[in-house]
Amino acid sequence: MSAPLLETRDLSVTFKVAQQGGWPWSPPRELHAVKQASLRLEPGRTLGLVGESGSGKSSLARAIVGTVPVSDGQVLWRGTDVIGMNAARQRAHGRHVQMVFQDPLDALNPRMTVGQIVAEPLRTHFPDLSREQIRRKVGAMMERVGLLPALINRYPHEFSGGQCQRIGIARALITEPELVVCDEPVSALDVSVQAQVVNLLQELQREMGLALLFIAHDLSVVRHISHRIAVMYLGRIVETAAAQELITNPRHPYTKALIASVPIPSPEAERARHRPVLEGELPSPMAPPSGCVFRTRCPIARASCAEAIPPVTHIGNDHHVACPYHSETAPPAQ
Amino acid sequence: MALLDVTDLTVSFDTPDGTVKAVNGMTLSLDPGESLAIVGESGSGKTQLAFSILGLLAKNGTAGGSIRFDGQEILNLPEAKLNHIRANEIAMIFQDPMTSLNPYLRVGDQMAEVLMLHKGASKRDAFAESARMLDAVRIPDARARLRMYPHEFSGGMRQRIMAAMALLCRPKLLIADEPTTALDVTVQNQIMELMADIQRDFGTALILITHDLAIVAGSCVKTLVMYGGRVMEVGATDDVFADPSHPYTRGLLNAVPRLDVPQDKLETIPGDPPDLTALPAGCPFSPRCPASHAPCAATMPVQEAFGAGRLRACHAAREAVA
Repeated sequence: MSAPLLETRDLSVTFKVAQQGGWPWSPPRELHAVKQASLRLEPGRTLGLVGESGSGKSSLARAIVGTVPVSDGQVLWRGTDVIGMNAARQRAHGRHVQMVFQDPLDALNPRMTVGQIVAEPLRTHFPDLSREQIRRKVGAMMERVGLLPALINRYPHEFSGGQCQRIGIARALITEPELVVCDEPVSALDVSVQAQVVNLLQELQREMGLALLFIAHDLSVVRHISHRIAVMYLGRIVETAAAQELITNPRHPYTKALIASVPIPSPEAERARHRPVLEGELPSPMAPPSGCVFRTRCPIARASCAEAIPPVTHIGNDHHVACPYHSETAPPAQ
Repeated sequence: MALLDVTDLTVSFDTPDGTVKAVNGMTLSLDPGESLAIVGESGSGKTQLAFSILGLLAKNGTAGGSIRFDGQEILNLPEAKLNHIRANEIAMIFQDPMTSLNPYLRVGDQMAEVLMLHKGASKRDAFAESARMLDAVRIPDARARLRMYPHEFSGGMRQRIMAAMALLCRPKLLIADEPTTALDVTVQNQIMELMADIQRDFGTALILITHDLAIVAGSCVKTLVMYGGRVMEVGATDDVFADPSHPYTRGLLNAVPRLDVPQDKLETIPGDPPDLTALPAGCPFSPRCPASHAPCAATMPVQEAFGAGRLRACHAAREAVA
């Protein structure tokens, strides 16, 4: 196995939230958005991160990019801790890690032209480039992502959602990063346009050797684009494995429920699909259950699940799961 | 007799940027108790179709053609008559349950109001019936929940409340506009189960409006595919998925990744969704269609019947048979 490009070790992200019904001077409560998340991402590969809303996947991504503070743990870039870097080195590191956002129009400054938007990271990270060099690079990148370079002086509102997402991708790739963090890059797009963007990301990955951290709630899309998949639930990574292995041989009860919930666009497959309805909804991250965070909805939960947080264990085939009862399917006899 | 007959419906909006043609000559019919999925991307006109059935078009919108419900013309009816049909005969569930519930009113008050207004029920009966209906959509501890406000419920629960509210007057037709789009997949599963139960237990006809083909596959007997305000294809869901007849339907089906079957590369539909202020004279899909040729951009193909009760509007498909 090659050295990881990016590694997180026991990464935690904590937000301070004002107490509901508290006084203005009441001490804020802590919301643990991400708890002890450990991930590895090899160069040129795609790691998919799935989970429902509130699972902490976006917070984890933002902590990796450095836009939310890490409260505990490490983010290692080629073995070097990013968190401890001084400001100048962190800025230099920013060139290697770029981000693509969910809402393509919201993520673009409406008062800047496409050319200015795509050129901005170049101006920040390569201040020595001449205007002519920047113009050439921007033109080439626009062409690469499927935008006519003649549109360089247009404004974001003149483009459709799919085109705006292409602009966002061009902006992320202009500094030739090694890792692009995509936070729900296709969920705001129509089905026909979604496929265009997914294919574009895959082509660019092959050409430029990009590593992708691909976050989405749509498991079908994540499975399609990812080499490995990590599943998050209430701030914790509950299972990680190669994409094919995770989908065909899920071990954590949450992953099983998640996969079984995904509808298949085929009436025959839908009739055959057993729909185990996962009861209830995500508990509040302000007051997560003790022990295993999934136990309140888990079909195989038992008393001991409330006591200790299950450790992530390797069960072979590079498959990691945080459930000591992963080989059992039925609840324990009462 | 069909429960709902839409004939040659057109919906357009006057905007500062010109006239937006949201629906252009749409025809469909729905039998009592039947379930129909209306599939389309943004701008296909699927929501405006639903709005014109319920008389909910925005002020700058005009609708033409005919919508007959239970044999009675309901398009452009005066507000008072529409109010009788809404809730009593046709009810609607919206995409975002938070914005369609009144945040200032307790759930029980909102629900009871429906029965008191439409059925003239007493407050006591209305509350009892509301509790029964919340119970029917599987909200635990229904009586106590009636005293709670919408913000005290989660997204999935709110969507259940919307469904309960829609069913209070036992409508013959339920229109659900993207009911699960704002929800997580495990909750989406719960809501689609609920939709199936509603159909079975109440015998309600269902129009499910969605962009998600996977949801359609498991829920509706008939499927109608829309693009640019026009019907591209209608048929039994099984037939449409197994043997899509319109190039747009084929493109849509190939563009969605499937969890059960890995694909190497997704097929794409080139280009962007249509500009509704400048639609081509012919088929709205022709600028993006792989089978497009000369007549497509000039004239809209007529809707022709084929197969087992199927309909399609495509020059290329008809010529392939001829």
